Amino acid sequence: MLRRLLFALPLLGFAAVAVWFLHGLGRDPAAIPSALIDKPVPEFRLPPLEGSGKPALAAQDLRGRVALVNFYASWCAPCRIEHPLLMRIAAEKRVALYGIAYKDGMAESRRFLAQLGDPYAAIGWDGDGRVAIDWGVYGVPETFVVDRAGRIRHRHVGPLSDDTMAKVIVPMIARLERE
Amino acid sequence: MIPELGHMALVLALTTACLQAVVPMVGAARGDARLMALATPAALAQFVLVAAAFAALTWSYVVSDFSVANVAQNSHTLKPMLYKVTGVWGNHEGSLLLWVLILALFGAAVAAGGRNLPAPLAARTLAVQSMIAAAFLAFMIFTSNPFLRLDPAPAEGRDLNPILQDPGLAFHPPFLYLGYVGFSIVFSFAVAALVEGRIDAAWARWVRPWTLAAWAFLTLGIALGSWWAYYELGWGGWWYWDPVENASFMPWLIGAALLHSAVVAEKRDALKSWTILLAILAFGLSLIGTFLVRSGVLTSVHSFASDPERGVFILAILVAAIGGSLALYAWRAPTLKPGGVFAPLSREGGLVLNNLLLATSCATVFIGTLYPLFLEGLGGAKVSVGPQFFNMTFVPLMLPLVAAMAAGPFLAWKRADGRAALRRLRVPLAGAVAASLATIIFAPPAPALAHVGVALAALLALSSIHEISGRAGTLARALNLPRAAWGAAIAHFGMAVTVAGVVGSSAWQSESIRAMRPGDSADIAGWRVTFMRTTLEKGPNYTVRRGHFEARHGDGTGRTMSPGKRHYASTGTITTEAAIITTGLADLYLTIADPADGSAQGGDPRFLFEAPSDAAWAVRITHNPLVAWIWIGAGIMALGGAISLSDRRLRVGAPVRRVPAAA
Repeated sequence: MLRRLLFALPLLGFAAVAVWFLHGLGRDPAAIPSALIDKPVPEFRLPPLEGSGKPALAAQDLRGRVALVNFYASWCAPCRIEHPLLMRIAAEKRVALYGIAYKDGMAESRRFLAQLGDPYAAIGWDGDGRVAIDWGVYGVPETFVVDRAGRIRHRHVGPLSDDTMAKVIVPMIARLERE
Repeated sequence: MIPELGHMALVLALTTACLQAVVPMVGAARGDARLMALATPAALAQFVLVAAAFAALTWSYVVSDFSVANVAQNSHTLKPMLYKVTGVWGNHEGSLLLWVLILALFGAAVAAGGRNLPAPLAARTLAVQSMIAAAFLAFMIFTSNPFLRLDPAPAEGRDLNPILQDPGLAFHPPFLYLGYVGFSIVFSFAVAALVEGRIDAAWARWVRPWTLAAWAFLTLGIALGSWWAYYELGWGGWWYWDPVENASFMPWLIGAALLHSAVVAEKRDALKSWTILLAILAFGLSLIGTFLVRSGVLTSVHSFASDPERGVFILAILVAAIGGSLALYAWRAPTLKPGGVFAPLSREGGLVLNNLLLATSCATVFIGTLYPLFLEGLGGAKVSVGPQFFNMTFVPLMLPLVAAMAAGPFLAWKRADGRAALRRLRVPLAGAVAASLATIIFAPPAPALAHVGVALAALLALSSIHEISGRAGTLARALNLPRAAWGAAIAHFGMAVTVAGVVGSSAWQSESIRAMRPGDSADIAGWRVTFMRTTLEKGPNYTVRRGHFEARHGDGTGRTMSPGKRHYASTGTITTEAAIITTGLADLYLTIADPADGSAQGGDPRFLFEAPSDAAWAVRITHNPLVAWIWIGAGIMALGGAISLSDRRLRVGAPVRRVPAAA
């Protein structure tokens, strides 16, 4: 009997692994919590994106209104995918949308916005990616939800989708506005 | 039209596979020779059909038919022809088609070359192989069809990720799959044997060549991938313990264990149920690797665009294949008769130790790879398991393994004389101590572990030479030795070369990262590297900023090195081209980067194009002793496998069961 059990061990081990796999499938690998959740945004002051006609961006600009801060780059393909959604968010004027141009040339960034539209209320140019490091960004696009007190409340890694907007971001903005 | 033909060929292949999975199995159960005989033509037809589908997709790539969605998403008219062809498997759907092609190839090879197999075993093996093929063909047709059309067709394609446009990577997947998927046939043999309930020395002998072939291809595939990462990713590293690297490494470890346990099963009729388990696990881990890459459960540099629906489908295949075979194992393996007995100190004992160490290292890698996933499942934090974990757990297992590899061949079968073996090891041991002393005296200071590594590599290399030359003696006897003996000695020697490369490049690497302007010089490990100038050049589908350097070792003549940064306009990606000088003993490795960025990939394209001629560049110079030995060693290991494969014992028909002489 014991001998039989021994031969069944691999099967039992695999069953456990398979259950974890099934569990793993259901989760979103992009939902990476940020160490900065509920912390004030890191102190920063970025130069404007010259020629975009938009003001520069600094930490204190993120106070007083619920805001989305979107890290983007002209060289990033997923940014192009989420861009039309950003344009719609800007058109709805529900929330302040700020952009941070991550590791990008000014000319490229301008060309990117000229081509696809400029949804941002203000743009900070983070050419060397230093500010992005302070925010814990590790790939573009990333979008942060910042409350009225200037605290980071949510982080989204990867392109935003209509689904995440409707299920996560919009309800969160509504809640933060009531706070 | 051609894509539709390819699509149709896939559907026909699925139909054939379903027939082949059922009819020969029924035939074998009923002892009906006509039903069993269907397996051979079906396996050949299946291969021809999948090959036709593969040819159709390749044709669509070659002529840049952007009405095929897969081509439009992954190709571009300006792409060089080589990469149009290799782009076929540079994406999820196409690589899956390659996967199935190789699966069908192994099935066809057994059908064509397996005439000396007993009919029921051949029929069952081909039926099991076809079950796997049917599952993957269905997966492809229903969730990942490479022949879907786009209407209207775009005028230009979106291009293949430029990092993948490289000869090293172009041939990495085919070799990897030949290895990975090659274990499928070993798996099919194992399941067929479990169904039959009979495993003997003959079975082990039939399985061994397939294991050897798969393992040798996998060795080459992994080495190509690692070599590519070394020169293309621009970090100077060659192994990252990335989940997907690990996914290919685990079947390699289990495959190596299987190679050795099959020898024991063949020669001594022992370790049979363990061998069967390894055969199941080797392919099971290949399947798990496929699942990890394509389901998106783990994030990795290799991840294909992931899709939960696909993940569920592969998970179902995984559960059916591994769960089904392990259940069969739990049911049938206890009834297998245990075979020959042996003393702990014997060749068999050494091979058991080898198996335990290999299996444990595989388990370590498995845990390290999946730990983040498990921890999160328990509600813990998201973590990543870094190289530290693997270095701390994997290296201590490799040290005794290498020592066992050196000593094992000197042990006799059944019961060995430990003193005699030690006596024969005297020469290699003395050589190992000498090598270690030489590095302590002549090489720059290094941690103690590095000297242990040097000693072990020398021990293994010398004992492989000593063992085979001791057996060969004269040239005439050398030629008469079985090829398998030569293959084993050569593969062990290759492992020693790889170990030396790993030790040398990790312990004695030196690096210098600095901002340099044309005219500046930097000194590293006896080399003087002078920055001459940069130029801007146009490639077929990219623009490259090339740095021109002169490298001089001591008073030797200067050699030019031209590292580059490429900008691919179609995707806006920047890639790094390293310049490498290999002397055989060390590599001088040079990359340039935009000084404001400093990262290997990325940077500001504007700086790339418009940098003034006297601009400063971030220059990274790395001196990697012995690094090339890692891949040379892998090549030698694969060569050893190939030589062993040519052994006539593996090719002759119905082997005679040998009666142990001393028993």
